[in-house]
Amino acid sequence: MNSSNHPTLPLTSFWNDTGKCGVSAWVFSTDHKRIGLLYLYSVLISFLVAVLIGLLLKIELMAPGRTIMGPVTYNALFTVHGVLMIFLFIIPGFPGVFGNLVMPIQIGASDVAFPRLNLLSWWLYITGALTIVLSLFTGGGPPDTGWTFYVPFSVRTGTNVSLAVIGVFIVGFSSILTGINFVTTIHRLRADGMAWGRLPLFVWSIYATAWIQILATPVLGITLLLVVAERLLGTGLFDPSRGGDPIMFQHLFWIYSHPAVYIMILPGMGIVSEIFPVFARKPIFGYKMIAFSSLAIAGAGSLVWAHHMFTSGISDMAVLVFSFLTFVVAIPSAIKVFNWVSTLYKGSISLEAPMLFALSFIMLFSIGGLTGLVQGAAATNIHIHDTQFVVGHFHYVIFGGAGFAFFSAMHYWLPKFFGRTYSEKPAMISWGLMFAGFNLTYFPMIILGMKGMPRRYYDYLPEFAPLNLISTIGSWILAAGLAIMMINLFMGLLKGRPFGSNPWGGATLEWTTPSPPPTENFDEEPVVTHGPYDFNRAGVP
Amino acid sequence: MIRKMEKEYAGAKLGIWLFLFTEILLFGGLFLLYATYLSSYPREFAIAGREMHLGFGTANTILLITSSLFAAMSVTAVQQGEIRKVLNLLGATIICAMIFLVNKYFEWSSEIGHGFYPDSPRFSAGPIGEALFFSLYYLTTGLHGFHVLAGVGLLTVVALKVRRGAIHAGDYVLLENSALYWHLVDLIWIFIFPLYYLVL
Ligand code: HEM
Ligand SMILES: [Cu+2]
Repeated sequence: MNSSNHPTLPLTSFWNDTGKCGVSAWVFSTDHKRIGLLYLYSVLISFLVAVLIGLLLKIELMAPGRTIMGPVTYNALFTVHGVLMIFLFIIPGFPGVFGNLVMPIQIGASDVAFPRLNLLSWWLYITGALTIVLSLFTGGGPPDTGWTFYVPFSVRTGTNVSLAVIGVFIVGFSSILTGINFVTTIHRLRADGMAWGRLPLFVWSIYATAWIQILATPVLGITLLLVVAERLLGTGLFDPSRGGDPIMFQHLFWIYSHPAVYIMILPGMGIVSEIFPVFARKPIFGYKMIAFSSLAIAGAGSLVWAHHMFTSGISDMAVLVFSFLTFVVAIPSAIKVFNWVSTLYKGSISLEAPMLFALSFIMLFSIGGLTGLVQGAAATNIHIHDTQFVVGHFHYVIFGGAGFAFFSAMHYWLPKFFGRTYSEKPAMISWGLMFAGFNLTYFPMIILGMKGMPRRYYDYLPEFAPLNLISTIGSWILAAGLAIMMINLFMGLLKGRPFGSNPWGGATLEWTTPSPPPTENFDEEPVVTHGPYDFNRAGVP
Repeated sequence: MIRKMEKEYAGAKLGIWLFLFTEILLFGGLFLLYATYLSSYPREFAIAGREMHLGFGTANTILLITSSLFAAMSVTAVQQGEIRKVLNLLGATIICAMIFLVNKYFEWSSEIGHGFYPDSPRFSAGPIGEALFFSLYYLTTGLHGFHVLAGVGLLTVVALKVRRGAIHAGDYVLLENSALYWHLVDLIWIFIFPLYYLVL
């Protein structure tokens, strides 16, 4: 990470213009770009570890019966996989990495509103992550509850749930502080001329996300503290034998965790909203509706949590209401999809790596969204609840949707911050492998679920064997694509050909400053004179 | 330059208000549980509620409201540049907070001494709702007590900064925000007090 990796970079970028390049100049830096890169490395490590665990799970499911592990190990591994992916990769990933790297530049600011708080957020993230790692090797060993920590099992199991839950609590605190920082930044630090109607759609999505982080995460916090209290003090609040109600745990948990799925997907939607206009060479269609629908999703999405509990024993009336509200949230999501498609219509589309990932986002997210409605409808939910259908569905949304948007953003924005770029050909090959492998892995799960194969089991009936085998082979193709993508990307970022200030021809502010940007982001404070998708004026603020 | 200062002041205020919302939501989970379990076990809650020491509760309410007044006055004092007065008022706030905690200690000890605690022999025999009341009571007042403790730490740091001259009439947003936090701690108690000591 020292400047010698960048021999030909201009001596004016944030990598070297302060003259401080050692490790401590990074881990104690308050520069949003350095913090963004710290987040990048940390969430990618979590992601890659969790991918390896996912592959092990798939190998176990390759054939019926015990293949490489028994039920106890399987339970521990899917729990760790889920916890790492959700709490250490996808939730902190978007705000932490691209919110930090890109958002302040896009609004023309020189940093976030509270730079030191920003650094504290990263340190809290690391502390929480290490606590979670510690929980795997101490006490009763890795938790085996699933990432949802449902009571009564999470209270009774002998595994190290308490420490893992405390780790998640700390990561949640980090998420809250990031949310507060970003809302304040977007309200207070927009450059002159950066009216709300000129905010790039990525900023709108980060704004909506930040509100969810602020309003939902505290509820997760108290829920997790209550689990610890149940375990350590025996408070009995969720224990029916002592008058408590386990359903209350599910309510509290999903009051956070449903809105949290929008923390995962909204920034992804913002990212593709940036990429489509640039790679279709056409202004975005329906700017206002896309911006507004982010807020609508954030708002309406807070009122649907009990659709995870249709089979838990809530009243029929509640089922009806929550089912209806779930369908309502589909509307703003669909509005976005239609606007993206209209943006592409008659555009002059150039199929480069970021665009390929963004286009496949639409398809995969749509499959994820539509299978979501199957679960949101009360009647069909009963049939597929807790089956592999659910696993297929949420991988389509968070991996096919949010994950592919993340990769899209890595190809689109990271060269800006490294000043060097990857090779196009391997990037396209890796995309092809990932797209094919992805569908091969997860579409069979959707079918398996409809046929009745439950989730969270290491074993299954022989009739499910063929589809499971296809799915496992798919996961290897997917992994091969991922490996090529990561290697190509990072080789390119560190050693590839130089990347100019605006090779894609984007019209947002990050493309008006050099690649990599200087520590202060802009040589002089920008005064914004046009909207984010006004390509006639691309390259000037 | 002046514009930048203005932005920072307004930003800091916005930030603290957002933070206070998150605190309300944190306690919100506990109040939600109180509401549901009260509606499931109204009679048991009423019996358990009668065991509360109204005297301790009232004294602590008065202490916190008074301390909040001191905190508010310290903000006015710093605006007028009266540093001595600020320090005295902050000291008074901190002392009230400490007496609050000492009271809490004696109150909890007496309750635990009477066998009111989760998993106690007294509760494993009795009707189930009463134990829930006490679990919620300890969790809520415990979390609140932790916030009081954090407030003591925060106000001490602020007082030290005032003495060092880092907080003064020209730049007092940290003091103002700490006072806001302190009002929130007070406000949450204003909900705890009637729910646990008065209405049942
Ligand atoms: C190569 C990549 C991946 C593979 C092979 C994979 C595979 C799996 C498998 C086999 C399961 C367990 C199914 C069961 O028996 O219930 C699972 C669960 C899960 N996965 Fe993945 N996955 C991958 C990527 C991801 C990503 C990117 C995310 C999120 C960002 C994710 C989130 C989850 C979650 C939340 C669970 C549920 C864990 C639980 O039941 O508690 N996975 N995955
Ligand atoms: Cu949901």
